[in-house]
Amino acid sequence: MSARTALALKGVTKNFGRAEIIRGVDLEIRENERHVVIGPNGAGKSTLFHLISGRLQASSGSIQLFGREIDGLPPHRINRMGLSRSFQVTNLFQNMTVMENLRCALLWSQGHKYAFWKRVTSQQGVTQRAEELLERLHLSEKRDVPASLLSYAEQRALEIGATIASGAQVLLLDEPTAGMSRTEADDMVELIREITTDCTLVLVEHDLGVVFNLADRISVLVYGEIIASDTPEAVRANAAVQEAYLGTEAH
Amino acid sequence: MNTTQERVAAGPNASAAVWAQRLWPWVLGAGVVVVMPVIFTSSYAITLMSHMGVMIVFALSYNMLLGNTGLLSFGHAVYFGLGAYTAMHVLRYIQATGFGLPIELIPLVGALAGLFFGIIFGSVSTRRAGVVFAMISLGIGEMVHASAHIFTGFFGGEAGLFGNRTVPSSLFGVDYGPGIAVYYLVMVWTLLAAVAMYLLRQTPLGWMANAVRDNPERAQFVGYSPQMVRFFQFALAATFAGLAGGLYVLVDEIVTDETVGMIQSGTVLLSAYIGGIGSFFGPVLGAILVVFLEGELSDITDAWLLYFGLLFVLVVMFAPQGIFGVLTQQFFAWRAGSWRGSLGPRLYGVASLVVAAIGVVAVIEMAYHYFRHWNPAEPMALFIFEVTVTGPMPWAVALTVAVAGLAAYVGHARPMLRRAMGGGGR
Ligand SMILES: Nc1ncnc2c1ncn2[C@@H]1O[C@H](COP(=O)(O)OP(=O)(O)O)[C@@H](O)[C@H]1O
Ligand SMILES: [Mg+2]
Repeated sequence: MSARTALALKGVTKNFGRAEIIRGVDLEIRENERHVVIGPNGAGKSTLFHLISGRLQASSGSIQLFGREIDGLPPHRINRMGLSRSFQVTNLFQNMTVMENLRCALLWSQGHKYAFWKRVTSQQGVTQRAEELLERLHLSEKRDVPASLLSYAEQRALEIGATIASGAQVLLLDEPTAGMSRTEADDMVELIREITTDCTLVLVEHDLGVVFNLADRISVLVYGEIIASDTPEAVRANAAVQEAYLGTEAH
Repeated sequence: MNTTQERVAAGPNASAAVWAQRLWPWVLGAGVVVVMPVIFTSSYAITLMSHMGVMIVFALSYNMLLGNTGLLSFGHAVYFGLGAYTAMHVLRYIQATGFGLPIELIPLVGALAGLFFGIIFGSVSTRRAGVVFAMISLGIGEMVHASAHIFTGFFGGEAGLFGNRTVPSSLFGVDYGPGIAVYYLVMVWTLLAAVAMYLLRQTPLGWMANAVRDNPERAQFVGYSPQMVRFFQFALAATFAGLAGGLYVLVDEIVTDETVGMIQSGTVLLSAYIGGIGSFFGPVLGAILVVFLEGELSDITDAWLLYFGLLFVLVVMFAPQGIFGVLTQQFFAWRAGSWRGSLGPRLYGVASLVVAAIGVVAVIEMAYHYFRHWNPAEPMALFIFEVTVTGPMPWAVALTVAVAGLAAYVGHARPMLRRAMGGGGR
């Protein structure tokens, strides 16, 4: 594992009005590691992702991506620096087909920017990558179906597909398997494992089987604070974690 | 959105059938352009059709904002009008100095002016979409219109500015004195501009304009700045609006402050919306219809603005997909065979609505006569009848017809149609 730090959070807090939702989070995620964030509902996991990805601004503290400060930057700038995220609540271009969604997700990273002198469908690079993704997401048959008409699991798959399409170096996936059947979830985990062999993954996940199977390191977020950040074995053995989280979750 | 386009765009070695499918609307359009002046030869008709060309470009440019990017502008005439004024100044400069810009290229001057002002005003107005954008566009529209009364040197004051299109040289040695020559020039530009705007929808910018319209947040998370997407679309839309303004100068040879005014901004909104903002050709149909109604209806009845407003309200309420949207829907329904077995009820429904419309028109016309004529007791011509509106009888008849038609539709024809279509309804 590389020694470089992909993401570094220092003293990050977030208040909504008077409510302190993130209360001083320090977190270091190394390049190419698979880092899973667990924690009870309402702990602030999604909020933390919003802060990192630029959807929300931190109230205080610093967030660095490969050593560059990103807090306060708009989401598209952070995205262009190599960070891509999925949403817990599916967030797609609902009127567009599956293929169109994937193409849109690829345009910037393939260097097409705001071009108005070339046709999207003539860009072989984009088409090829989108077709590959379709295959991997098992969505080939839904190629020309509008996103709004997909089943829930298919929408989730497309959500992940749109997130990974650009080949970002850092991926934040917020509960990618939530609401999926066992086999669908297994498929998704397999896909995530495949595509994250050479990039950094930060994942929110509730299924502890998935967590311990996938994670290089685990952070436990409870009431806006990280109470442990360590290897799976160490976290499993951590008394505070067992008390605060694992103990209640495992029956 | 692009589903059909995608299937059509099979790549460089697309088959002849694919090309035919891609090209037929344009070939048809070019054919109509050539045939129309052969059928309608009066100079009035030629001018009317030239105005249609101008309005088509203008309405299509408007739809680059509203339909494609979701930006509701109340001030799009600013770019049309400033394009027109700039083109007019260049035309007058040619008249005064003999400067060698050929007349065929004068519309490009309008386009450049549109681009210039689009960049300036776009950079302040596209930060936000929605209500904020709409309000800023309204403010800029008011501001520019008010400027017309202040900077009378540029805007020509009350009388506006005149020019003479026969003075500049022609690239092809054409004499643009006769309206028909200008008509063809306008139509060539209209076709070029329409093709350009059609192709723009298929570019990365065009796609992301749709993406930003539907979900600006997601667009940001795939690397796009919604503000920049809106800005580029805005500047391009202003360019084509300016082009339309330049064409207008060639047709009318006069520009007044009305070209930058609120009424013009409203007309282009109505044109695009009535035709249908959800499809490329909707605004084309809307522009043709609106120019036709403005020209023809105003000759037939004083109440034409009222009908115009009524049409707009009806489209907004009952056919938000626009007239072109309704036509394509019905066409696909017919081709899919869902007209079978419901043709009778369909005709019945249309007939009852026509009856209702006749009743409503009669009431409106009589009301206009009653309230606006210096002598309401004087008999008026209504359709093929002669009526005296000071008595109760014509009113009773007209109202009965209107109510009967509407009742037949709502109470009988529509339920019948629903049943015929298997209870699905629309
Ligand atoms: N925009 C907001 N305004 C106010 N409170 C919020 C907002 N977003 C989230 N919260 C609150 O923050 C807490 C953490 O939410 P979230 O980050 O979604 O938790 P998790 O993803 O860990 O389940 C919740 O109590 C939620 O109600
Ligand atoms: Mg959450």
